[in-house]
Amino acid sequence: MSEATPKFKVTIDNITVEVAPGTTILNAARSIGGDVTPPAMCYYSKLPASGGKCRTCLVEVSKGSEKDPRPMPKLVPSCRTTVMDGMEVKNITSDKVLDARKGIVEFLLLNHPLDCPVCDQAGECDLQNLSYEHGTEQTRYDFPRRTFEKEDLGPNIQLHMTRCILCYRCVFTAEQLTQKREHGVLERGDHAEISTLLGKSLDNEFIGNIIDVCPVGALTDKTFRFKNRVWFTKPVDAHCSCTKCSGKARLWMRGDEVYRVTARKNEWNEVEEWICNECRFERKNAKDWVIEGPSKIKRSSVISQGHYVGTKPTPVVIDKVIGKEPKFLMNIHDVSDVNKPEIELSRIPGPAHSDDFKGNK
Amino acid sequence: MEKLTNRSIQVNRSPMTISERAYLPSILKGLTITVGHIFKKKATVSYPEEKRPFSPVFRGLHILNRDEEGRERCTACGLCALACPAEAITMEAAERKPGEEHMYREEKYAAKYEINMLRCIFCGYCEEACPKDAVYLSETVMPANYTRKSFIYKKEDLLIPNPNNKG
Repeated sequence: MSEATPKFKVTIDNITVEVAPGTTILNAARSIGGDVTPPAMCYYSKLPASGGKCRTCLVEVSKGSEKDPRPMPKLVPSCRTTVMDGMEVKNITSDKVLDARKGIVEFLLLNHPLDCPVCDQAGECDLQNLSYEHGTEQTRYDFPRRTFEKEDLGPNIQLHMTRCILCYRCVFTAEQLTQKREHGVLERGDHAEISTLLGKSLDNEFIGNIIDVCPVGALTDKTFRFKNRVWFTKPVDAHCSCTKCSGKARLWMRGDEVYRVTARKNEWNEVEEWICNECRFERKNAKDWVIEGPSKIKRSSVISQGHYVGTKPTPVVIDKVIGKEPKFLMNIHDVSDVNKPEIELSRIPGPAHSDDFKGNK
Repeated sequence: MEKLTNRSIQVNRSPMTISERAYLPSILKGLTITVGHIFKKKATVSYPEEKRPFSPVFRGLHILNRDEEGRERCTACGLCALACPAEAITMEAAERKPGEEHMYREEKYAAKYEINMLRCIFCGYCEEACPKDAVYLSETVMPANYTRKSFIYKKEDLLIPNPNNKG
């Protein structure tokens, strides 16, 4: 074997890029970035063996390689197909791919309850983005959707099986991060469901990461459940000295309150470094963290709403004629029932209930 | 300086003619205009007794709707607050407990819902954004009041009465 491995030339949507042999088409496309990257719902670069299940990353290979230029007969999943030298791939330039993706989204949404107004994942949901970009308005499915009762996986993780698209990411995460995986997919076909056998609770130190890898709202943080919408909280990067994990996390704050802690995610919505349960569920105090600065959020994301970067507050100019401070006629916090200082939502362990709001009218 | 329009007229400073100096013709001319208006159709309406017809797209005071069974439709999804250009809407959500199913339609509901009518511009974006048909702009004109405090509309002020509680 020679020292310098020859690089493979691959053309994706007429953009040529050189990648190492063994790279998947998806990763080659990600090295280009932008619109030519196929969306991925089940593939996760941090989780070996993930991918190949959701079929959203299907692409057309119009030329197999330099030596065998025949096109591949069917659309191939780009997360599972490695590149060949001289391969030509069509993603958004192929009508076949766009049509197939539309169908895939329809399939993924067959049993999805579309309860986005209730779901805590709304605003950062991969399926929401995917169906917004590639989906159709209507489904052709007439039958009742499969339903499941919501389930508690331990004290801090809520499972809504109805929303699950069976991407297996959480299974691979548990497999990789824990010694003994305690949840998995039970049954098969239409009955397949993520569950722990016999209602066991998941209590590994790193099990909270399955919330972050979940592309939909099937696994959500119970400490953040219904507390606030994602886009009304402000993401900041922060770190803490944690003995178990790197301590690098993202806080979702509102004022001084830390509503939620997640791992930092990169541009492909993938976790950069896993964080432990203690950081995620228990450090809900801004004093526990060293805040580095606001997280970078894509302009296209709803989370970036209301974040006015680089604006300076206008100085209050007291008019020479009046010569005194303007009279403050009403402080909204005296009148408003919302955001009362007595009720610190971020400190309530689970979701707020009617009795949490009782007693202050 | 260049003129912006050609509608300006130079003021005539020339001395008055005899008919102008007599004043009477000018006064008569003015009186005919005044008397003429008496017989014209009135532009005003006598408001509380008589009301102007509203446009079918009129946007007035907000209401929070209930469903057929009298349950609150709002799930505190925050889309009205997101759509609101004046940032007038705030809310706090809570989870429905077992036994509260007759009160709230979904498992999540708005425990607190507030519209600051001092900020509201009645654009109707909240109504448009609502995925649950919960918030509507009614045909009532926003009533005036003496205190600023009374313009903060709480959930109790906005929610329509429960049709099942009549008897």
